[in-house]
Amino acid sequence: MSLVSIHQLHKHFGDNHVLKGIDLNVDEGQVIALIGRSGSGKSTLLRTINGLECIDAGEITVDGAKIQAGAKDMRPLRLKVGMVFQQFNLFPHLSVGENVMLAPKIVKKTDPAQAQELAEQMLAKVGLSEKFDAFPGELSGGQQQRVAIARALAMQPKVMLCDEITSALDPELVSEVLSVVKQLANEGMTLVMVTHEMRFAREVGDKLVFMHQGRVHEEGPPEALFNAPSTPELAAFIGAIDQA
Amino acid sequence: MLTQFTTWDIVRNLLEGGKWTLLLSLLAFFLGGVTGLIIVLLRISPNRFLRVIAKVWIELFQGTPLLMQLFIVFFGLSLLGWDVSAWTAAAIGLTLFTSAYLAEIWRGCIEAIPSGQWEASASLAFSPLQQMRYVILPQALRIAIPPTVGFSVQVVKGTAVTSIIGFTELTKSGTMIANATFEPFMVFGLVATAYFCLCYPLSVYARHLERKYHVAC
Repeated sequence: MSLVSIHQLHKHFGDNHVLKGIDLNVDEGQVIALIGRSGSGKSTLLRTINGLECIDAGEITVDGAKIQAGAKDMRPLRLKVGMVFQQFNLFPHLSVGENVMLAPKIVKKTDPAQAQELAEQMLAKVGLSEKFDAFPGELSGGQQQRVAIARALAMQPKVMLCDEITSALDPELVSEVLSVVKQLANEGMTLVMVTHEMRFAREVGDKLVFMHQGRVHEEGPPEALFNAPSTPELAAFIGAIDQA
Repeated sequence: MLTQFTTWDIVRNLLEGGKWTLLLSLLAFFLGGVTGLIIVLLRISPNRFLRVIAKVWIELFQGTPLLMQLFIVFFGLSLLGWDVSAWTAAAIGLTLFTSAYLAEIWRGCIEAIPSGQWEASASLAFSPLQQMRYVILPQALRIAIPPTVGFSVQVVKGTAVTSIIGFTELTKSGTMIANATFEPFMVFGLVATAYFCLCYPLSVYARHLERKYHVAC
């Protein structure tokens, strides 16, 4: 059975039908790259998996935690799903260590000493052990994003969602973040990422999902889809990226 | 027989009035702050009914003159059978007035926190109360300090209006002394100086805090 199962998901923003019956399954350890034009619904889809957007119809199941239309309490889902944002969204009033420790301490009631140990481990994983006492404002964009990854990992999620996590970074800082994501993928973390880094999606992704006008238009192994897109929309999208 | 007033007599009596101005300001600011915190939490609550109550409260006290509020508290409560002193009426009136303004200032500060902070904390499975307690309020507090201290100047100056319902604070003391001494210019000059001595340090401190935190709400 899939770790993440999305069935007939619909989402509207007012009159705008953004997600039109999405079906998607993600197996444990799989790395999914969501691609598509701006406005195709890929970020909205990602946000529904974390309960940041409510859904109008359909259901999402993550490791047994199910969300349907009208669900109020998203926390059971969020305990299983970590999320990293384009704009990092670190808590600026807390040190790096406190950013990572806060949710385990408050939400999971982890003992403070254990939470600190966990934070140290997660920061070591993203190569930022020495920044434990620094504040987010003192870090580069790439470092902030790595802390955001450590913060999400500290909740020991079953699946990690990455929403264009390198889009806000200067080009020279992109690789340090991607290498952390690659390392997570190699360690077996289940990842669903919205990305514009096509080379990375091709290299790391197990499955490529091309979204178009609120639907999963095409999905399959990245190599196959990049080399032989079966729809003109995906071919046009790949063509546009190659020209860029 | 006419009584002769020395300058010291005038100053001494004004200081007595000033003591009540200071006490009323502190009380109104403290109680107004506590009430304002409750109002702001209602104002941003997900419950529409609670939001409407808070909005009406704020609009009511911001949309009517402080003097009218004091009259209504002072005379209105008497009509209902509660015999309130000028001091009690002044304290209640100024507390309500302060609560509405502080609630609105603080709402602005809370709403100034980027939505990404709410989303990040939500994605980490914080409950709404935990989000507020550990993520939003600590950041909002930082930007709320300068305008809050700045508003305290308005509270101090607002106490002058309570003289009209007969509360003997600095302005009322000045009026009584001016009537007795026939030296209104000197007396009210001293009254104005006393208000300035109370308010100016607060204004300077508010500006200092604004620079320190590099923010304005």
